[in-house]
Amino acid sequence: MRIFFIICFSLITYSVNAQVKLLTLDDLDKRIAQGKDTTYVINFWATWCSPCVAELPNFEKLRLANLKKPVKVLLVSLDFKSKLQKKVIPFAQKNNIKAEVFLLNEPDQQQYIERIDKKWSGAIPATLFVNMKVRRFYEKEFTEQELKNTLLNLK
Amino acid sequence: MKNLFLIGFMLISSFAVAQSEGYKIGDLVKDFALKNVDSKMVSLANYKDAKGYIVVFTCNTCPVAKGYQERVSALNASYASKGYPVVAINPNDAGAVPDESFEKMQALAKEKNFSFPYLLDPNHVVTKQFGALKTPHVFVLSKTDKGNVVEYIGSIDNDAEGENPDKVNYVQNAISELSAGKKPTISSTKAVGCSIKWKKG
Repeated sequence: MRIFFIICFSLITYSVNAQVKLLTLDDLDKRIAQGKDTTYVINFWATWCSPCVAELPNFEKLRLANLKKPVKVLLVSLDFKSKLQKKVIPFAQKNNIKAEVFLLNEPDQQQYIERIDKKWSGAIPATLFVNMKVRRFYEKEFTEQELKNTLLNLK
Repeated sequence: MKNLFLIGFMLISSFAVAQSEGYKIGDLVKDFALKNVDSKMVSLANYKDAKGYIVVFTCNTCPVAKGYQERVSALNASYASKGYPVVAINPNDAGAVPDESFEKMQALAKEKNFSFPYLLDPNHVVTKQFGALKTPHVFVLSKTDKGNVVEYIGSIDNDAEGENPDKVNYVQNAISELSAGKKPTISSTKAVGCSIKWKKG
């Protein structure tokens, strides 16, 4: 019986993992506000961006290292919305990405780049560390160690 | 007195930050001499009859930059004869990404029939002066008595995918306004692009 539950549970998690949901910045703000003491590590990437793809495993390692802590890794793709079915979902499945994957559903780059961070040029990869108290934005690539340290030193 | 020091310190630090962030609208551009794909050196001063320049940081590999290649060629075709030539600069380091090599730049320029210079920027010197952070990243300059002034910084248009019904051609608009003796109404825009591949170490 127990095994049955475990199988069901893993099937559910698997199907959730294979999904890529559309996300607006309002959705994201709501999520952060509801997270209470949760720190969100939000990576902005795209399937076409090679340094982004190269650093995704570092975010997976960060996620695994913080499973028991109030830390959530969100991978927000900036691929064109028209590429959701053809590129982003197959990419997430093929690479067996376990973190939550989203595709940013905002029509206006001008507006959303500024809203995420005023200093952001729009270059990716870029990563936002955010909780109710702190908001730190980095327009850079991260190593596993840098991610770990940035999270630890977040004040 | 203490406050005065504090203010002084703040002024110095804000100046240091501004320095490292590259050109702002209204800044004067320092001329450069960079190697073109034909191995000749190119400087802004070479263009005696120019009224200004469309400086485009672009590269061989970035999908967004590739998506804009034809639009960059079209800008040069439309505006070089009107006094605003395109000067393209590759900010990426071939050591970091082998496909950004000078030979690959030559091949791309030949394949796509670039009618404008496509320059190598070893050690990112000019890239850092401008404060370019991604490809594509455009700086429209106007030639004045004081020198070449930055008039517009940002993207070519707001239509990377080529499907925006509300497309605005920022660079075209900026040049039309400059040609009419006006300042660009929109002088700075942002768009998603590829990070610059800096030299490692």
